[in-house]
Amino acid sequence: MISLLKIMLLLALVAGVLYLMYLIYRYCERTMVTLIHICGVSAIVFVFGIFFFIFREGAPFLLKDFDFGGFFLSDKWYPTSEENPRFGILALVAGTGSVTVLAMLFAVPFGLGTAVFISEFCGRKTKEALKILVEFLAAVPSVVWGFIGMMVMNPLIIKLADAPVGLNVLNAGIVVGLMAVPVIVSIAEDAIRAVPDEYRAAAEALGATRWQVVRKVIFPAAKSGLLAAVLLGVGRAVGETMAVLMATGQSINIPFDGNAPFFHPLQSVQTLTATIAAELGEAPSGGHHYQALFTLGIVLFAITFAINLVADLIVKGIRKGK
Amino acid sequence: MIANPKILVSDLSVSYGRKQVLKDVSLYVPRNSIFAIIGPATSGKTTLLKCINRTLEITPGARSTGCVHIDGEDVAKMRDVYELRRRIGMVFPLPVGLPLSVYDNVAYAPRMAGGWGRAELDELVERCLRQAALWDEVKDRLKTLGTMLSGGQQQRLTIARALSHQPEILCLDEFSIAIDPVTTMRIEDVLLELRKDMTILLVTNLVQQARRLADVTCFLNKGELVQVDRTELIFSDQPGNQVTHDYVHGVFG
Amino acid sequence: MSPLQPSSAPAPAPAPVAPTDPSALFTATDRTRRKLLTQRIAGIVFGAMAAAILLPLLVILGYIFVRALPALDWGFVTGLPEQGMRAGGIWPALAGTAYLVVFSLLVAAPIGVMAGIYLNEFARDNWFTRAVNLAVVNLAGVPSIVHALFGVGAFVVFAGLGKSILAASLTLAVMTLPVIIVATKEALAAVPRSFREACWNLGASRWQVIRTIVLPNSFGGILTGLILEVCRAAGETAPIMFTGAIVFKAVESGQLLPYNPTDQCMALSYHLHTVATQIPGVPEPMLYATAAVLVGFVLVFNSFAIAMRVRLRAKKKW
Repeated sequence: MISLLKIMLLLALVAGVLYLMYLIYRYCERTMVTLIHICGVSAIVFVFGIFFFIFREGAPFLLKDFDFGGFFLSDKWYPTSEENPRFGILALVAGTGSVTVLAMLFAVPFGLGTAVFISEFCGRKTKEALKILVEFLAAVPSVVWGFIGMMVMNPLIIKLADAPVGLNVLNAGIVVGLMAVPVIVSIAEDAIRAVPDEYRAAAEALGATRWQVVRKVIFPAAKSGLLAAVLLGVGRAVGETMAVLMATGQSINIPFDGNAPFFHPLQSVQTLTATIAAELGEAPSGGHHYQALFTLGIVLFAITFAINLVADLIVKGIRKGK
Repeated sequence: MIANPKILVSDLSVSYGRKQVLKDVSLYVPRNSIFAIIGPATSGKTTLLKCINRTLEITPGARSTGCVHIDGEDVAKMRDVYELRRRIGMVFPLPVGLPLSVYDNVAYAPRMAGGWGRAELDELVERCLRQAALWDEVKDRLKTLGTMLSGGQQQRLTIARALSHQPEILCLDEFSIAIDPVTTMRIEDVLLELRKDMTILLVTNLVQQARRLADVTCFLNKGELVQVDRTELIFSDQPGNQVTHDYVHGVFG
Repeated sequence: MSPLQPSSAPAPAPAPVAPTDPSALFTATDRTRRKLLTQRIAGIVFGAMAAAILLPLLVILGYIFVRALPALDWGFVTGLPEQGMRAGGIWPALAGTAYLVVFSLLVAAPIGVMAGIYLNEFARDNWFTRAVNLAVVNLAGVPSIVHALFGVGAFVVFAGLGKSILAASLTLAVMTLPVIIVATKEALAAVPRSFREACWNLGASRWQVIRTIVLPNSFGGILTGLILEVCRAAGETAPIMFTGAIVFKAVESGQLLPYNPTDQCMALSYHLHTVATQIPGVPEPMLYATAAVLVGFVLVFNSFAIAMRVRLRAKKKW
């Protein structure tokens, strides 16, 4: 009863506030313009706040006796060791790298193929349906993908590949690949749609078939957009956290060695993102481990920011060229 | 120089980036006259209009020196730029119907300025649409979207909108390119009528239109003012300037 | 040959083609036939690729729902977790997710939309604005775990909010902010500049033009962006793991407002992670049911957004 009363009070409050906001919106031009300026500035502050706070927490680790070789080139990640904590991220980078490469290996061809099919080879109705489907798939939360990796892929891999554990590079690669497909499809589709229809018409008027149009006209014209799509897919794969946390098996390994076949997709690994997600809860605030995790964050930030920046510049380049 | 001109432009120069589009233009526009501006493309005619209602300020990359006075007051020093723009009606060559109903399109400026009753507004909308020779075509569908009218109708809608805030100065930039000749004639008659209440600046590519309507004509070429004089003189066999003569007689341009 | 095959049906003899029939002028040569064949094959191959990648996804999602059915009922949605989460329902997690989404949206939506308006309508085109735009676009692609680090550093530690709903929803808000800004800017930029110029010429101020012309015509696009952001915020796990989510919290069953803003709360996405990885012996249908509720939530909100976009496209105004 009290709860109901509370909710009604809350709703009344919300209605009142909304009405007040409408009045300001409608009649107080000066206030609105000031508000907009404040929000613009505060958004800028937030944006730079992200840089600031991550660097602020990671800075002590980076500035005080930072061992470059021991950080980037060592595979010894023993953050909680009592006498000799070691922070080598090579194995983690290898984990992220192997999962990303495996994911891209099938996400890129299938993603681009799907984009071509959607934009060039199917009817209007199919096109709309597929685009909605892709959009929906892009919105499925990453924890659900991780869950799929654990519950569906895991037994499947154990059965089919006869592996002792199904949580490994292969599993994570497939799951992350599936997650990257919608990103690649939607951006590649945008890029293909940006190719002017006149190009298609001109090629078809010369007697080219659809396939020839795609191969000789669409691909060259949309080249950089497709590249941007692939890059953003890579960015998504590198930054993916929950799915790899649940599907990689969480053990620090480098899945490459000198023995054939040099790459062992059935080994469990741990990625950069998953390391932060798994260990931040246990690392005491302000400690060495905690700072090391923030430094991992800086590395991740730098990688994904660089990837996005390049993709963005490529896309901007296309727009300017038009 | 006559006493008390409506608009006085002195030493006006404008450049977009590195490209100069107006070079030291000085002229005055007499009160209650039709003032035609003719000249080939990219001679700076539209830019001149933009300086008068200060929309040049919001054009990206534009820079200007010199000044424009309206009724002896420097427009650059006016506090309320919206008040200034309300005193000037502008019609640009590309027809733009706002995505509002036809009625709301015409009522837009008065509503934004405020202080209009419903009945007054109805009356105003009808009068403006009549003046723009559009009333007969849209009186039964004032609720349709302005963007759904045909190009010529949208152009006349733009004229009606420019008249809706009862400006002292009306600037028409090639208003007739999307309008058929008969309707153009009707609007031209309205302009001659309106001259009693306002000063009209008419930018036009049709030299004959300038000849029909204008009291004073000025000729711009490549951003420079070539000649400004009474229309009869400009269109006579000896305007006093060879370039003007060649242009109005179709030798170049 | 089987009598079912259409080729075996007695076909009428092909009528002699009249010379005026245009198809007679173009007899297919081997070359064109080969070209048409490659075209057909290309279509099939690309179609197969699309099917190969999209169908399994649908099947998997369908599988989740099928496996969830035994556990999925009203009691599961409104019930409390029991026996160390091996029985009972998910109500506290659902309510917690609602808290986080609403709070984060309350912060991010007004700031994001107005910042988008600022960047698109008010900001001058100079190097600073371009840098900010670039930063905003790129922040939209920064991994969610990095936002989690930011949330810990800024809200939990620096601002002293501790692990709480406030800290978690602020973290979510900052994460969604760049995406909302980008969506708003795109929606605003879709309104042609000529409308704005026409209104400025009529003596309307910038804000008047925004209020009367720009916003009414971009409102749908902005709303679609916001709804998609609700989806994303509801599904995110990493940013709330260390800023406010908790494994278990005792609340009353079906109570609508079980938390205070300074409490830690359960959240659906984090709950799914917990029961799937941390707690042994949770019955499988319950796991699937938790995932199904999460996916169902996303599906419903996405359908809203899509329906809205379709409606908008149908009544385009110019």
